[in-house]
Amino acid sequence: MTALPGAVPAWHALAESGRLPDLARTIADRGGRLAALWGADGRERGAGFALHAAFVVEASLAWIEVALPAERPRYADLSSTFPCADRMQRALRDLLGIEAEGAHDPRPWLRHGAWPADAHPLRRDVPADATWPNQVEPYAFVPVEGDGVHEIPVGPVHAGIIEPGHFRFSIVGEKVLRLEQRLGYVHKGIDKRFESMDVAAGARLAGRVSGDSTVASSWAYAMAAESIAGVTPPTRALWLRALALERERIANHLGDLGYLGNDGGLAFGLAQFMRLKEDVLRVNAQAFGHRYLMDLVVPGGAARDCDRAGIDAFLGQCTALERELRVLRSIYDDHAGLQDRFLTCGILSPDLAAKLGVIGLAGRASGQPWDARVAPAFEPYDRLAVAMKLARAGDVAARVTTRFEEIDESIRLIRAIVEQMPGGPVRTSLPAAPGGRGLGWVEGWRGEIIVALECSGGRIRRCHVHDPSWQNWPALEHAVIGNIVPDFPLINKSFNLSYSGADI
Amino acid sequence: MYHLLRQIAKTGIKTEAPAHADAALRVAEQRLRTGILGLFGGSLAIRAVDAGSCNGCELEIHMLNNPYYNLEGLGIRFVASPRHADLLLVTGPVSRNMEAALKRTYDATPEPKLVVAVGDCGCTGGVFGESYASCGRIANVIPVDVAVPGCPPTPVALMQGILTAISSGVPR
Ligand code: SF4
Repeated sequence: MTALPGAVPAWHALAESGRLPDLARTIADRGGRLAALWGADGRERGAGFALHAAFVVEASLAWIEVALPAERPRYADLSSTFPCADRMQRALRDLLGIEAEGAHDPRPWLRHGAWPADAHPLRRDVPADATWPNQVEPYAFVPVEGDGVHEIPVGPVHAGIIEPGHFRFSIVGEKVLRLEQRLGYVHKGIDKRFESMDVAAGARLAGRVSGDSTVASSWAYAMAAESIAGVTPPTRALWLRALALERERIANHLGDLGYLGNDGGLAFGLAQFMRLKEDVLRVNAQAFGHRYLMDLVVPGGAARDCDRAGIDAFLGQCTALERELRVLRSIYDDHAGLQDRFLTCGILSPDLAAKLGVIGLAGRASGQPWDARVAPAFEPYDRLAVAMKLARAGDVAARVTTRFEEIDESIRLIRAIVEQMPGGPVRTSLPAAPGGRGLGWVEGWRGEIIVALECSGGRIRRCHVHDPSWQNWPALEHAVIGNIVPDFPLINKSFNLSYSGADI
Repeated sequence: MYHLLRQIAKTGIKTEAPAHADAALRVAEQRLRTGILGLFGGSLAIRAVDAGSCNGCELEIHMLNNPYYNLEGLGIRFVASPRHADLLLVTGPVSRNMEAALKRTYDATPEPKLVVAVGDCGCTGGVFGESYASCGRIANVIPVDVAVPGCPPTPVALMQGILTAISSGVPR
């Protein structure tokens, strides 16, 4: 087991394929969880394939690498221990042809017909510009039978301004018996794309895996690159990153609270919260030159500093937001119609959330105490004592409350950051051609983002950006059961998961 | 409702008159209003289609309806079906998994129709380029009238793009 240097406690270890199921069970028994799963092709280096898994064990990341043969690469199914492995395993099979033996679901996940079943675009002998004729294949949805059961297929293109995905409801009357999601529509071949990039160019791509989490994912990427380079960014850069991350959290939570009010029948809420969000974006643009802070976090630090006027604007906004949110929250809390829609709607129980491995905001609203800002508390969060906001009800109301409380905490954090942030440079250069492997782990607004990076000679060999939506999408299938169809948009919004982030 | 109104009155919250960030917004607004009046009888229906974006462009499309830009107030509505749309606002590089759905949406939109490609990805394929999974820019899949660059383009840039499309491209 080798310790990986860098901002988060992380180890890399090789494991034999036969020992993987035991290892997974041991990790699960000790309260650990599966954080990410990906694969790699090492055949041109004389090796075979490799299965890679990142586990969170006692506030550290364990990166387990399992060597697999070049012919018929296989490993034992992990989804019986960690249910969230299911879709990751199917994606891995589609992209690399590495099979999970004994997995219960043999259907493709990311492969809709843009490449044939016997082709695996992420293999290294497939050129970057390879394409196949696009033949949309039928997909075997799980049939639900019974008296009076109807199916409602929705998407991939939706009525609102949201990302594409397909939802198949089986209903009796108005009640949802089952929801099956089919995602992968916005699969853009991001992992393959990384392999034609150098470490610097990869930062832009990492910041665009899920646009709404650009700060979180570009920070996680930078962490991984800095771990490989053995470089620690200037302290001021780390504080600027935290400032940006909390701004990103606030902006997204504000937008969600607006839409949740709207979907709950209070259009007033949408106008109010979107106005506040616009104010946040404008101050971002004023202080950092970009409304969503894209490309601010770069390997080695931050692309730019923030001047005193920007800092003052942030502080001024903290005061304004606090005042307005107090009022808006009491309106939401006291609005009988809205509370009627929110309470007991879309319940995800703490037990089920634990079993499914639900993380991030949705996890915390169902009692799952995961927040990488609290543990392992990467710098500068180790100096900020983040208060984790937990609820146990697991309904839409809990996810609304968690958002309100997390904004309050972010406002507190921004004030503390501004107060404690040291001066000095904000960027240091990375050595010209770093090689090796590194991990990044950042708590974005939706949940943790993990980046695993391997490079050699300054080029990216393999990069996998893992969005928390992988873990949380299946939970939505459970949370809607027994609810009425018209409540689905509200429940879906209360999770607000990323399609792009998990379709990669 | 009474309760809510009382709360608003008591706490002094009210929707602010749209603040004009800059002259560009004011000009875009006026010209949009005139253009929509002249060409679409005062109302333009937009269908937004995410054909593979990172969702960053969607964030800015959402912002078009906030009280600052108030697109609805200018007579522009987002509609739920392509059959009711005058204009398709399309984001992303087109993922191959969305290629068929985008073509279907385009075909279902009645003539005359306009297509605005949104963002660097919509214009060129952007950071995702063309690959086994990405068809690249929107124009590789359906005809495009106007392309609005930016990553993501600001709401003002989006409004200007929509305006350019309606003032130069009807009927195609
Ligand atoms: S243009 Fe930028 S924001 Fe828009 S989809 Fe592409 S990467 Fe995302």
